[in-house]
Amino acid sequence: MKTGSEVLLVDHVSVALSGRSVLRDIHFKLAPGEFCALIGANGSGKTTLLKTILGLVRPEAGAVSVARPAERDGATGIGYVPQRISLDPSLPLRARDVVSLGLDGGRLGLPLTSRAHRARIDQMLSAVGVADFADRRIGDLSGGQQQRVLIAHALVRRPSLLLLDEPLANLDVRSTAEIVVLLRRLATDYHTAVLLSAHDMNPLLSAMDRIVYLANGCAAAGKPEEIVRTEVLSQLYGYHIDVVRVHGRVVVIAAGAPDEIHAAIAKDPVHTAEIP
Amino acid sequence: MTGMHMLLGLIFSPGFFANAPVRTALLVGGGTAVASAVVGIFAVMRGQSFAAHALGDVSSAGGSASYLLGVSPVLGFIGLGVLAAASMEWADVQDARERDLVTGVVLGAGLALTALFLYFDTTSGSASGAVVAILFGSMFTLPLSIALPAGIAGAIAVVTTVTLYRPLLLSSLSAELATAQGIRVRLLGFAHALALALAVSLSAMTVGAILSPALIIGPAATALRLVDRPGLAMALAALLGLSAVWGGILLAYDSYYWTPGHGWPVSFFIVSLVFLGYVGVNVAPRSRAVRTAGHATGHHAGCAQD
Repeated sequence: MKTGSEVLLVDHVSVALSGRSVLRDIHFKLAPGEFCALIGANGSGKTTLLKTILGLVRPEAGAVSVARPAERDGATGIGYVPQRISLDPSLPLRARDVVSLGLDGGRLGLPLTSRAHRARIDQMLSAVGVADFADRRIGDLSGGQQQRVLIAHALVRRPSLLLLDEPLANLDVRSTAEIVVLLRRLATDYHTAVLLSAHDMNPLLSAMDRIVYLANGCAAAGKPEEIVRTEVLSQLYGYHIDVVRVHGRVVVIAAGAPDEIHAAIAKDPVHTAEIP
Repeated sequence: MTGMHMLLGLIFSPGFFANAPVRTALLVGGGTAVASAVVGIFAVMRGQSFAAHALGDVSSAGGSASYLLGVSPVLGFIGLGVLAAASMEWADVQDARERDLVTGVVLGAGLALTALFLYFDTTSGSASGAVVAILFGSMFTLPLSIALPAGIAGAIAVVTTVTLYRPLLLSSLSAELATAQGIRVRLLGFAHALALALAVSLSAMTVGAILSPALIIGPAATALRLVDRPGLAMALAALLGLSAVWGGILLAYDSYYWTPGHGWPVSFFIVSLVFLGYVGVNVAPRSRAVRTAGHATGHHAGCAQD
């Protein structure tokens, strides 16, 4: 990667929340169109890192810089899909209204939408594959469809960076695969760097260019084949970890490790077949 | 007299439009209905019907104090309503259960003050009609002098809500999404609470403190049942609220001729019309609730057969 061409630079960031150190010396960068998974167990600081990048949490040390896209109207260059937002089915908002609010939700006055505005909304709805549900209430859509609408909401302003907090949680296997394919395609088509957090890396293996693996408040970042390795993860956890590849899946095993190591390992739901 | 004239004469009893108290009631009540409906849309979407009730009760403490002090009731109602809304927002309770509790306690305190001031009002003898006027409204006794300050308060509530339309919509959808777009959610909530306090205070002044939530929540909830667009719902709610208030005034005026000597209270008719409208759209076969329930049952039946 050429220096200066990056969309996101997380520069030796440390974060403490109410006196407790949560993240220590996190350093990585993303280039336009790169797809990066932020992997870690629950409580490993994934959400805190995303909020730091969003500017909602101030780092104790280090800095975050996000490239601003050229054609911008004072907004930040970040699109954001929060974790598990519960959408009230009684809210009188259609899918297209939610996407429209992504474009001008911060503006004052009544929305007098132009033809260009509507065309942009329609184009975005098609890009995420929910054009057929555009006029349905957001609360009436399925989890996967809602996730697509929220992605369109975050992406409609063409941000240079798209952050998603656990977008695959609560989705069935099929929707999970579809969302991953969609995000991979959007990253390429829109030259948007995508950074998404997950506790299981397996659905993302085929899609990701880079990985940031969080454990013990520290991160190992790089290409997946450089990071998802026995030596690297063992060093990160401070305990001997085995990285095993079985039928194209990655399983991280800490045999005989103390409970706190087990708890800290990003869980892959391994389906062990019972031997009759 | 033609048939048309006779029909109109039956609906609009003699002297309806010539009567000064009626004209004041139509003016102040109409403005209140519109402001309440516009602000009410967001109160409904943000689940603030209980907060609206509490604000009405606290503002009535101000209204009853104004009788004692001899100042304009507009000042009393709005002063305390705005103060209550500001302190409720300032306390910034996020947890829904805790918020419910705080609202309940504030409501109780407001009513206690109202009880105290109303007691003094009635024992001092200068304002014997105050109890009914404060708690249940007395639109035909509203002085024309309150039209201007009430109009200004209503206009502020409407302009604030319309100006903040999109940010309010986004933050009602998700505070996190709003924050990510750089919207200052707390400031926004504060501005909305002030608009709500103004609308509730106006409602309390016209239909009475106890009945004021009906005018805020009723037309908005009815409109949101009928249409899928918040902007359209806002216009429809204003129309419904206006119809209920003007219809209520008309019926109350006519009621002087039903039971000679004394008419029926305006607030009774207004709130009844609001209630009937809400019940009407909920039992109508096209209502959302019915459609969804039908869906669920159909699906279940299909699964059972599998």
